[in-house]
Amino acid sequence: MAEKEKYTFGIETFGDIGFNEDGTQLDAGQALRQLIKEAKLADELGIDVIGLGEHHRSEYAVSSPEIVLAAIAEVTKNIKLSTAVTVLSSDDPVRVFERFSTLHALSNGREQVMLGRGSFTESFPLFGFNMEDYDNLFEEKIAMWQELLKGEAMNWNGKLTQKLTDTTVYPQLPKGETIDTVVGVGGSPDSIVRAVYYGYPVILAIIGGEPSRFKPYVELYKKASDQFKKPLQPLGMHSHGIILEDGEEAKRVGWEYIKASMDRIGADRGWAPMSRDRFEFEVDKGSYYVGTPEEVAQKIAKNMKDLDMNRFDLVYGTGGQLLHQRNETIRLYGEKVVPRVKELLGGE
Amino acid sequence: MAKPIIGILGAGKLGSTLARLGVQAGYDIIIANRHPVSQLNWIMATMAPGATVMTAEEVVMNADVIILAIPLSHYRNLDPEAFAGKIALDATNYWFEVDGTTNTISDLKKSSSEVIQEHLKDSLVAKAFNHMGYHDLEIEVDRHPHEKRAMAYATNHDSIRPTVEEIITNFGFAPFDLGALRFGLYLEPGSPLFGEAITTEEFKEKIDHIYDSSFGKKIIEARGGEIK
Repeated sequence: MAEKEKYTFGIETFGDIGFNEDGTQLDAGQALRQLIKEAKLADELGIDVIGLGEHHRSEYAVSSPEIVLAAIAEVTKNIKLSTAVTVLSSDDPVRVFERFSTLHALSNGREQVMLGRGSFTESFPLFGFNMEDYDNLFEEKIAMWQELLKGEAMNWNGKLTQKLTDTTVYPQLPKGETIDTVVGVGGSPDSIVRAVYYGYPVILAIIGGEPSRFKPYVELYKKASDQFKKPLQPLGMHSHGIILEDGEEAKRVGWEYIKASMDRIGADRGWAPMSRDRFEFEVDKGSYYVGTPEEVAQKIAKNMKDLDMNRFDLVYGTGGQLLHQRNETIRLYGEKVVPRVKELLGGE
Repeated sequence: MAKPIIGILGAGKLGSTLARLGVQAGYDIIIANRHPVSQLNWIMATMAPGATVMTAEEVVMNADVIILAIPLSHYRNLDPEAFAGKIALDATNYWFEVDGTTNTISDLKKSSSEVIQEHLKDSLVAKAFNHMGYHDLEIEVDRHPHEKRAMAYATNHDSIRPTVEEIITNFGFAPFDLGALRFGLYLEPGSPLFGEAITTEEFKEKIDHIYDSSFGKKIIEARGGEIK
């Protein structure tokens, strides 16, 4: 009998600050401690990965994901501890290495770094980088990252990064071990090609429209592997979702909170607010996984199959939401949706 | 003219999407970006099968109409002589993520497409394909097959209006003539029209009320009145 396909299912959050039942918002400290509880729940449910985004904005609590992941490591057993994403362009690859090799030690190798260019740009002025260098910074830093992962004394002569001469970065990884690295990608063909060139698996952010429109990107991913003669890496996607036993309630929550989150981001970027019919479209045919466990499972399975995906990450708690809604989404995802998707896909 | 050859400079999110739409519309699409032809070749064979990859110089030389799908700040690299006599559709926007945190190129008195027209002084510049998100060029179009989305354009050259309208129509949109190029300011980031993928009626409604918006008020403040 052929071996069953192995799939990975994760949850992700940008650290959206949640709300109490009485409608009051948590403070940042409460939100961070809440996140630890949610990660613990996800681990108990057997969810494979938790990914935390790095943001520097008022509506999100997580600006230093590795610190939160280290705290999560202490209260969990199996779950992989990922970022989603680490904005490498405005970070120092040496420090990223130090933080993740530390997390590697503390979590017994459960860490994962998801590198990205970042769709938010607050981190650039905050850390003293020029937006003009957006592309070049990532290009140079991902090359530096690959050198750092070799774990040897390093020589590096960068244009936008520091010069290193015969330098070892600590803590060193145990022999033969590495920092699990994936790359988060939006809609840029170049980003896919670059990730494959460096040999890292890709997670596509599919946050709007019919997922099938990403087929060319999936083809490009495969073709790039051929071109660069690199083994084909697993491919994943991340999308927003709310799972409640009451599907209508899930839609109501989505319309309130996902819309608020998108409109807030849109206001900064000069986009129009989300219309009701666009929201409905995203739920029915598009990229929002909002509904009952069965509805969401069917949709995930269909899109993973269509796009030949090995991993699906559900972004939960978008826009904050009430704590019980966040909790129910995670619980139903782990208890019902993931097993059902595996059943529908005939894998494990 | 028969169907013009359309060149696209830039093969990122916008350029590759427009290439796909152009091929679907039956145009000869030639495209270039900063990558060598050999690399962009296999990328485009996947992203927009049917589009032909050339160097940027060859694209400008061979195209009748050239769509600028590059960062705005790269306009200085365009050779005005090579562009002379050609139609240039300016889809660029000042975008701080790639053009820098301070806009030193254009302002509320002079829109970015006017800057490009000044640079490409012997070309026929129209602002077009800039106000709709690259994803919505496909998402909003596909999901409204019977209600075309308005694609606004602005140009100082009446002679090219029919060609521009035909291209916009064939790409799947309803052309919306804003008038002279200076009115292209209405389509820039910060305007209530920016990011809109709506019907012609809805678009018209928004234009009619543009000076009620904070963006419109800023225009009046900067220019001492509405754009005339």
